[in-house]
Amino acid sequence: MKKRIILTPYIVWCIVFIIVPMVLVLFFGLTDESGKFTTRNLCEVFLYPDVFLRSLWLGFKATAICLVVGYLSALIISRLNVKLQKILIILVMLPMWMNFLLKIYSLMFILQDNGFINGILSSFGFSKFNMMNTEGAVILGMVYNFLTYMILPIHSSLVEIDEKLLDAAKDLGANYFMTFVKVIFPLSIPGIVSGIAMVFIPSVSTFILSKMLGGRQNFLVGDIIDMHFLGGIYDPHIGSAISLVLMILLLICTGIINQLQNENKSKKGALVI
Amino acid sequence: MVFLFLYLPIVILIIFSFNSSKEQMNFAGFTFYWYKILFSDKEILGSVLNTLIVAVVSSSIATILGTFAIIGVQNLKKIPKKILINIANIPLINPEVITGVSLMLLFVFINQNFKILGQGLFTLILSHTTFCIPYVILSIAPKISELNPNVYSAALDLGASPAYSFLKVILKEILPGIITGFILAFTVSIDDFVISYFTGGSVQTLSVAIYSMSRKVVSPEINALSSVLFFLVFILLIIINLRENKKVFKTGEI
Amino acid sequence: MNFGFKKNKIIFFILFFLILGFAAFILFKYIMLSKQNKEASLILNVYNWGNHISDGTNGYLNVNEEFEKNTGIKINYTTYPDNESLYAKLAASGTKYDVIIPSDYMIDKLKKENMLQKLDFSLIPNSSYIDEEFKNLEHDPQNEYSLPYTWGIIGIYYNKSIVSELEKEIDWNILWNKKYEKNILMFEGNPRDSFLIALLKLGFSINTTNKNELEMAANEIIKQKPLIKGYVSDQVFERVSSGETALAPYYADAWIINNKDKNLGFTIPKNTNKFLNSICVPANAEHPKEAMMYINFLCDPEIASQNISGIGYSTPENAAREKIESKFYHSKILYPDEDIIKNAQVLKNLPQDTNDLINDLWLKTRASKSNDTTKLVLIFLIFSCVYIGLKFYKSLKNKRKLNKGNLVIV
Repeated sequence: MKKRIILTPYIVWCIVFIIVPMVLVLFFGLTDESGKFTTRNLCEVFLYPDVFLRSLWLGFKATAICLVVGYLSALIISRLNVKLQKILIILVMLPMWMNFLLKIYSLMFILQDNGFINGILSSFGFSKFNMMNTEGAVILGMVYNFLTYMILPIHSSLVEIDEKLLDAAKDLGANYFMTFVKVIFPLSIPGIVSGIAMVFIPSVSTFILSKMLGGRQNFLVGDIIDMHFLGGIYDPHIGSAISLVLMILLLICTGIINQLQNENKSKKGALVI
Repeated sequence: MVFLFLYLPIVILIIFSFNSSKEQMNFAGFTFYWYKILFSDKEILGSVLNTLIVAVVSSSIATILGTFAIIGVQNLKKIPKKILINIANIPLINPEVITGVSLMLLFVFINQNFKILGQGLFTLILSHTTFCIPYVILSIAPKISELNPNVYSAALDLGASPAYSFLKVILKEILPGIITGFILAFTVSIDDFVISYFTGGSVQTLSVAIYSMSRKVVSPEINALSSVLFFLVFILLIIINLRENKKVFKTGEI
Repeated sequence: MNFGFKKNKIIFFILFFLILGFAAFILFKYIMLSKQNKEASLILNVYNWGNHISDGTNGYLNVNEEFEKNTGIKINYTTYPDNESLYAKLAASGTKYDVIIPSDYMIDKLKKENMLQKLDFSLIPNSSYIDEEFKNLEHDPQNEYSLPYTWGIIGIYYNKSIVSELEKEIDWNILWNKKYEKNILMFEGNPRDSFLIALLKLGFSINTTNKNELEMAANEIIKQKPLIKGYVSDQVFERVSSGETALAPYYADAWIINNKDKNLGFTIPKNTNKFLNSICVPANAEHPKEAMMYINFLCDPEIASQNISGIGYSTPENAAREKIESKFYHSKILYPDEDIIKNAQVLKNLPQDTNDLINDLWLKTRASKSNDTTKLVLIFLIFSCVYIGLKFYKSLKNKRKLNKGNLVIV
């Protein structure tokens, strides 16, 4: 009985600060200034296909790069001895704790035309080349900021793999490549799935990255939402509608990503059977 | 390679924070000048104070609420439990922009209809608490699933009062989880930009201050600031890990 | 051993409660502080443009600190990047600011929406220093709501080692010259900013409500897009003087005088835009009296001269201008000739439908807003199909696996 009471403050909190705001987004997205129901805002949102596509595409690229780089490094780290592993994982985590904006700023600092990389290049006699304000810079920013979120879950799922399984595979005559394909990779899928989700969603919805590294050349969905709330065009109704659409789109994406995992779970189940 | 990629920008920034020239890329000489400027910059110091207040208060509230929630949830039936946990995870799954925007709408709505809760420190604390709770729950959940429910009833059978046995048995077991949750919530709150940006009103957290600083003329002050923060974080992480190592060592002995 | 384990836990407990206690203490302290502040009305909320006050970093007076020292009133100073952000903050959040500094057309807009209060000039004796030419302007014909703070004009910054044209030859057209592809920086905070230069280039009024003219301007923006390196407003001077960028239109600023960079040039085309930033007090300000004190302080010629030297724009107070260094006083950049100022246009508040049109055109040109809804609907359909397909595939597979499992058991 007592435990029900314990739960009430949290439930109240959830309702006020999670449910009600979501309902408000829905409400604002579906009404006009006078509070009347309208689908104008939603129609307006569907006029930005390129922006949505660009966000998804950039997010996809960044996630793919993170996946490859993150998986490789997680694999290498997990092969080391425990003590070294621990130190390296701390080193991976450290940048995660740094301020997000300072990290972007440090990237700007080295990517600029007069930045660090171009400084080195020109001292060797190469001509400067433009890195800031490009799509590549935005993707690099995403990878730089979210790589940690890919390495950590993959690493923990790799560490959880039972050594005996690997030994068994070896005993059965599998070479390392085969062991990797048949044992390690399938068992690390839960880590990969949560890594993808943790990189993809913030990448798609980011808005400062494109502003600071992309020179506002190409707007992402996050930029347009920001613009309608605290930026150049004040219209919270359209802003809410865009948020709503983005939310649904990302929910579907998460659904797809999670589907990959569930399939694996059932496989695992089958394996046990 | 990965470490080079992760650390090179930060290290370069730290090196250049000692640069005596205002020009970005000419390393003219060694100086502490920017640190002096930094520690006399009222805007930055004020925003650091704001950040700390918000982080401490909201992560404390989040820890308490989250702990209660996860203990309470255990006693629910399967379906309400599932619903509640899914709701709890919304701020985690949702993009930050949307959480920020929705909270902003909430505060605007309240303010327009009830004329209370103008955006400021208080709204910042409320919104930070909201997105910190899932992190607390996440770090306690594994501990509580390891918990043996019989121990609690055993304590009751042995004549302990419910409050006493709760304190002695359950809380004690999940305490490491609570502490991890608190630290996690604290760092997440300090690091946050997006939600502070949307709900802060006239109160600037550090991230927002950096954001408005880097808009026009960027001074090497930011470099100095990042190196100070980097070392703080570095020391903090080392302390936490030393503590954990000690714990492992001790339990290992048992 | 067991004891040691226990002790460890106890330490955790103590630590945890220490942290909690610390949090409670801070909260308590904060509440006390804010109560005290409320009683003494000590915190003045000032909302200003970024880098729009002298903060002591250039060797000039730190204005806010000086005010705090003189009066004991604390200032919470925050900044915004453009007029529209200011408007959004005021309109949306319940934040109560005491002093804001919008520019010309925004003052008109805020005034019309009853978001400003009349200034109490009996508390601002220093307002008499403001020059006649900055009074009775269109956005505030009776001088009731605003007091001029700074003004300036927009010109083109260029790097002399890259740009081959002579200063005389440079006008808005150069920003459309293919020679400088990917070498032009545009400043842009909002749709009106980006239409501004396009309209100036075409020679139209910058306050046009004519749909055709605006559409032509939008076309110019599209034409210009491939030439642009970035749409940013930070570090413009550094970027141009270092040669990272060849050209950038921007506000006239004392930076160029202070840094005596030989490569950096600045020119003011014949028809340009003049802006005037004025101090206002929002209708819902909590401390209007202290706000008037602050405004009066800012208008003091001594303070204003230090302040304007630190900011780098031009002052609307002749009394203050006389006190600044001669390199600023005689600067043709900060105080250009009469005919340029006469020709310069001022942004005016536009009717709502024109604003909507501008926003729409701007989103189409810059955010590739289209007229076609099918594409995004298609994306949605594809994603949903993939999701449903995967789910279906999974359940099918599951059934098969289960059957197999059953078979094994049988």
